[in-house]
Amino acid sequence: MSTAQLILDNTGEDPRRRAPLVLGEQNLATVTDTVCGIVERPRPPRAWTVALAVSASLTAVLFAMLGYLFVTGIGVWGNNIPVAWAFDITNFVFWVGIGHAGTLISAILFLFRQKWRTAINRFAEGMTIFAVICAGLFPLVHVGRPWLAYWLFPLPNQMQVWPQFRSPLLWDVFAVSTYFTVSLLFWYVGMIPDLATLRDRATTKVRQIVYGILALGWRGSGRHWHRFEKAYMLLAALATPLVLSVHSVVSFDFAVSKLPGWHTTIFPPYFVAGAIFGGFAMVLTLLIPVRSLLRLEHLITLRHLENMAKIVLATGMMVGYAYSMEVFIAWYSGNPAEAFTFRNRAFGPYGWSYWLMVSCNVLAPQVFWFKKVRTTPWAILLVAVLVNVGMWFERFVIIVTSLSRDFLPSAWGSFVPTPVDLLTLAGSFGLFLTLFLLFLRFGPMIAMAEVKSVMPEGGLELGPHRGHGQYWGEIPHQHQGQYEEER
Amino acid sequence: MKRLSFFRAARAVPGSLFGVLAEFETVAQVLAAAERVREAGYQRFDVYSPIPIHGLDEAMGIRTTRLPYLVAAGGAAGALLGLALQWWTNAVDYPYLISGMPRFFLVASVPVAFELTILLAALGAVLGMVAANGLPQLHHPLFAVEAFRRASADRFFLCIEASDPRFQLEPVRDLLRAAGASRVLDVER
Repeated sequence: MSTAQLILDNTGEDPRRRAPLVLGEQNLATVTDTVCGIVERPRPPRAWTVALAVSASLTAVLFAMLGYLFVTGIGVWGNNIPVAWAFDITNFVFWVGIGHAGTLISAILFLFRQKWRTAINRFAEGMTIFAVICAGLFPLVHVGRPWLAYWLFPLPNQMQVWPQFRSPLLWDVFAVSTYFTVSLLFWYVGMIPDLATLRDRATTKVRQIVYGILALGWRGSGRHWHRFEKAYMLLAALATPLVLSVHSVVSFDFAVSKLPGWHTTIFPPYFVAGAIFGGFAMVLTLLIPVRSLLRLEHLITLRHLENMAKIVLATGMMVGYAYSMEVFIAWYSGNPAEAFTFRNRAFGPYGWSYWLMVSCNVLAPQVFWFKKVRTTPWAILLVAVLVNVGMWFERFVIIVTSLSRDFLPSAWGSFVPTPVDLLTLAGSFGLFLTLFLLFLRFGPMIAMAEVKSVMPEGGLELGPHRGHGQYWGEIPHQHQGQYEEER
Repeated sequence: MKRLSFFRAARAVPGSLFGVLAEFETVAQVLAAAERVREAGYQRFDVYSPIPIHGLDEAMGIRTTRLPYLVAAGGAAGALLGLALQWWTNAVDYPYLISGMPRFFLVASVPVAFELTILLAALGAVLGMVAANGLPQLHHPLFAVEAFRRASADRFFLCIEASDPRFQLEPVRDLLRAAGASRVLDVER
C-alpha cells in the first residue's frame, strides 16, 4: 500500500495534492464488507433499535391524527379564514424542500463531476424519497376529503369536468408527482449494482430472493454497464432542470396569487436556494450521527462534511439576500400594502418567528466561514439543526403572516396551532425517520459501485478517457502512459 | 459458504457448455485481456465487473448505445402530450372562461408540459436501459459459478461464450491463461 492511502485527514487545501476520498487502508473488498456489513449484521445496533421504536411511535401518532382528521374534519386544525393554509402547507413546502438536496447531490454534482458525491448520494437520494412521501401527504389530507383526491388528476369522470390547468395548484400536482417518480427511478437505477452485491453475498434464501428480484439479474456485464452509465447520465441531465422546476412551481402557488408578501417575482429562485439550503442541512443532521454510529468515517470523511458545510454557507447567503431583497422591494416599490406586510412580519404578532428565521438561516451558518467549525462534526450538526428549524419557520412566516393580515383590517385574523397540528408535524418526522432507519438497515446506504470506482483500484487512470465514464471525474495526467506500457 | 440454488437452472445437460470464464485481479489485467480477446477475433464475449471500467468500450469494441434517441423521443412525446392534454381538456372539451384569459395559452401551459417531458424522457431512459440489457433476467449460467459471486464485489471476469463461431475449448483456455487470468473455469449452460 502506498503512503497516499494512509492519510487520515483529507481536509487540506494544497492544490498540488489530490485529496483522497476514501481514507485508511481500503480496497474493493473492504468497502464491500463495510457497506454490506451494515445490512448483514445479525442484530442492529442498540441505537438503531431505540431510534426505530421512537420514530415508529411517532408514525403511529401521525396515523392516529390523520384518522381523527378524516373522521372529524379540517376543524381539528387551527386553520381558519383568513388563515386557510397553515401547518399543512408549511409542512408540505418544508418537506418538499428537504427533498431537493438528494437530487442536487445525485444529479447536479454528478454533472459537475464532483466525485465526493459518491459517498453521500445514495443516502441523500433515500432522504429525498422519504421527504417527498411526507410532503405529498399534506396536500392530500388538507383537501379535507382525501378520498376525492383523484379529482386533481385529468381523469375522465361522471361529472364531465376537467381540472383547470391554469392554476398553479394543479401544476404542483404534476411537478411533485413527476419529481417523486424521477427521484425514485434515479435512486433505484443507481442501486441496482449494489443490490446485486447484496444478492451475491446473501446467506439466507429470503435475502437471496428479495435482493435477487430487486437486482433484476444484474451481473456487471461490460455491455450492460455501458448502457447503464449512459442512462444514469441522461437521468442526471433530466433531473437537474427538474429539481430547479419543482420548487419554482411550489413557489408559484404563492407568487401567482395577489396577496402582499406572496406576489413577488423573486420567489422561484429564492425557494430553490432555500430548498437546497434546508435539504443539505437535513442531510448533515442525519449523516453526522449515522456516520459516527456505523463507523463510516473513512468513507464519509471530514472533507465530505466540510464541502456540505460550504454549500450550506453559500445557499444560506442566497437566502439572506432574498430576505433583504424582499424588504428592499417592499420599500422601493412604494406599495403601502407590501410595506405594511413586511413591517408586520418583522414587528407584528408573529415577529418572533421572523427573527427566529433570520437568526437560524442567515446568522447561524456564518460560523462556517471558520475552517475549525467546518471540520468539527458536532458544531456542523448544531448549525444544521438550527437551519432545519429556521427553514420550517421561513415557510410558516411566509404563509401565516401574509394570510393573517390581508388588505382590509376587517378581514384580519390570526392562527394558533391546535395540539393536532403539532402532533401531526411531529408525526411526519416520525414517518420520515422510520422509512429512513429501515433503509439504513435493509438497503445499501452507500453507493458501493460508485465509491469503488473513485478509488485507486478503480482504474480511473487506465484506458482512453473518451466515451462512458469520463464524467466520473478528472484523471491525474502522470498515469496516462501506464496503460500503453502494460500493453 | 454453500451455494444457494434458487437462481440455478434446471439440471444442466452434460456437455452443453455456456463458455469459458476467466478471473482477473485488477482492472488493468481484464482491460488488456479484453483487448487481446477482441484482437483474436472473438465476438461473443463479455467482461463482468463490480464497477464500470473506463476504456472497456474501446477494448471490447462496444458500439455506442442509441439510448439517447429513445430518451429524446420520450421527451418529445411528453411535451406534445402535455400541450395536447391542456388544449383538449381546457379549450375544447370543457372550455374554461376564467378572468377573460385565452382558453389555450402557451405560457401557462409550460409547467405541466415541462414536467411531462421530463417524466416520459426519464421513463424512456430507465425502461430503455433495462430492456436493452435484457433485464430482468433472474437466471444466467454464470450465477451457478461459485467464484462469480465476487464479480459484484472485488474481482473482474471475462467470459468467452461457446456460441462464438471461432470457439474451440483448448485455444480459448490457453488464450485466457496467457492473458493473465488467475483462474480459468468452464461454465455449464
